[in-house]
Amino acid sequence: MNGFFDIPSDLDNTYAGLIGLHLREALLPVLAGLLAALPLAQLCVRFRWLYPPVLGVTTVFYAIPSLAVFVVLIDYTGQTELTVMIPLAVYSLVVLVPAIVDGVRSVPEETLAASTAMGFGPVRRYLQVQLPIAVPAILAGLRVAVASSISLVSVGALIGNQGALGNLLADAQKYGRPELAVNSVLTTAVLAVLCDAVLVLVRNLLTPWMPRGRRPRAEEAAARPEPQEAGVR
Amino acid sequence: MDSVTKRYPDGTVAVDRLSLEIPDRSITVLVGPSGCGKTTTLRMINRMVEPTEGTILLDGADLQQQPVTTLRRSMGYVIQNAGLFQHRTILDNIATVPRMTGWGKHKSRARAAELMERVGLDASLGKRYPYQLSGGQQQRVGVARALAADPPVLLMDEPFSAVDPVVRKGLQDELLRIQDELGKTIVFVTHDIDEAIKLGTMVAVMRTGGRLAQFAPPAELLSDPADAFVEDFLGADRGIRRLSFFPSAALELTRGPVVRADATAEQLAAADGAAHLLVTDADDRPLGWAEPGDLGAGRPADRRLLPYGRPFVPGTDSLRAALDCAVLSPTGWAVAVDSDGRVTGVVSQQTIGEAIRTAHGTAAGTGGSAPAEDAADVTKVAP
Repeated sequence: MNGFFDIPSDLDNTYAGLIGLHLREALLPVLAGLLAALPLAQLCVRFRWLYPPVLGVTTVFYAIPSLAVFVVLIDYTGQTELTVMIPLAVYSLVVLVPAIVDGVRSVPEETLAASTAMGFGPVRRYLQVQLPIAVPAILAGLRVAVASSISLVSVGALIGNQGALGNLLADAQKYGRPELAVNSVLTTAVLAVLCDAVLVLVRNLLTPWMPRGRRPRAEEAAARPEPQEAGVR
Repeated sequence: MDSVTKRYPDGTVAVDRLSLEIPDRSITVLVGPSGCGKTTTLRMINRMVEPTEGTILLDGADLQQQPVTTLRRSMGYVIQNAGLFQHRTILDNIATVPRMTGWGKHKSRARAAELMERVGLDASLGKRYPYQLSGGQQQRVGVARALAADPPVLLMDEPFSAVDPVVRKGLQDELLRIQDELGKTIVFVTHDIDEAIKLGTMVAVMRTGGRLAQFAPPAELLSDPADAFVEDFLGADRGIRRLSFFPSAALELTRGPVVRADATAEQLAAADGAAHLLVTDADDRPLGWAEPGDLGAGRPADRRLLPYGRPFVPGTDSLRAALDCAVLSPTGWAVAVDSDGRVTGVVSQQTIGEAIRTAHGTAAGTGGSAPAEDAADVTKVAP
């Protein structure tokens, strides 16, 4: 355990600072992804033909290695956090768009017909009926996106120490201190588990109307792409 | 509705030149096989489907002239499986339309609680969510939600189709009771002809292709089906079912074969000649049938008695119920009781048969357009 929390000075940061930075670099892109995915998914629900191409394009984006994106982005955004966060936001779409689309589509036909018959306009119907009922599916998508994003931030170490906890991996190699690598992996994993727990809590608070003790259908459907290990990209 | 047609872009005609005059403050049932356009017709009334041709007038005003959301909020809508908002409590579900039309939160909640009572739901269910309720309870919530803003019109699209027969009967009775209290104009869609006959003041039978086959009160439908399709749709026992519309009040009852359990020999002798005697207790409640030879010596109550089946209440029950009682009774005699269960007399299958012939005679004998009016005048009595 000697030097486990002894962060090398070239990182210019404390252990707690690295954690904060890591969370910011991981969560802001998911938030941005969610804000983009909501209208995009609504368009896909409204115009059914749009969904397959949107799904195809987001999947292709997901397949582009982040390193390749960095190379392109560095010309515009430099060696900054933003360069790391842009691809992460794009990656989150591949999980969030299908999760929201499935969630909104899971609203029963009778419920929609009933709301229309009661005089709900399209906007009110979306905000007061479809979106709330899609919350479990959206939260399920968010859980996958957040876990994936937390692990992917580490790649930022490759563009001038922008990988937060991932920088410890690079330093472990540079200074021959394997305990730093262990620290990086464990802390990243603990962060992912904690964030996941927070999201489950949020879901439970938002959906008192759901039968407990059973996983809802939409949640399973949305849990498709598995979180990637750090450093793969 | 005046000559309303709905044609879809692919050429399918869902509703074909349908003209209907739906009476105020009564239940009009649209009935027919799948694909006959009954749901489409219903949805044209709240403009969830727009007619291709023809006009629909509500109290003389064209529906097309009104803003669609205002129109819909003035019409309650009940749907199969209820279509409740699963993310809202029962109270909030019921309060939906009042909240939208600008009632305060408090007033809406109070109104919702009042409606829960009206549809027979316990107030303790108000804070629950739909998944915690049975199908029948959810459907009651659906009805309460439709009634929340006190709309003059109620549209019901196969509301009771997805619940089991026992619950369905309960919901139907409840609807008739609520209708007695509120007097809404109800348009009710079903594929179940029995439900149509039980609930409808007027019944519109529709056939595949969206055409109207017959529009008549249920009694007339049963006595004079317009064509082979309607006759076939009504089923084989329409003669028996039609008896539901004839009251049993006019049946001639006899007290001849009725004796008390503690009857004296003279009383028994007076009833002599009947094949069976109905034995009652000191309170006039029926005990069972006995053969005259078995009585006399001991007390009749000590003897083995034949069951008397189910009694009927003249005036409340229909001829169908009376006939049913006579058929069920091992002696062929139906037992008539008053609302307290005291025997008022007995009546034979033969007498009921004559009453049926007389009733048919009155319904058919007046000629011309009268049968329809007659049939409409007959007060509907529970079978």
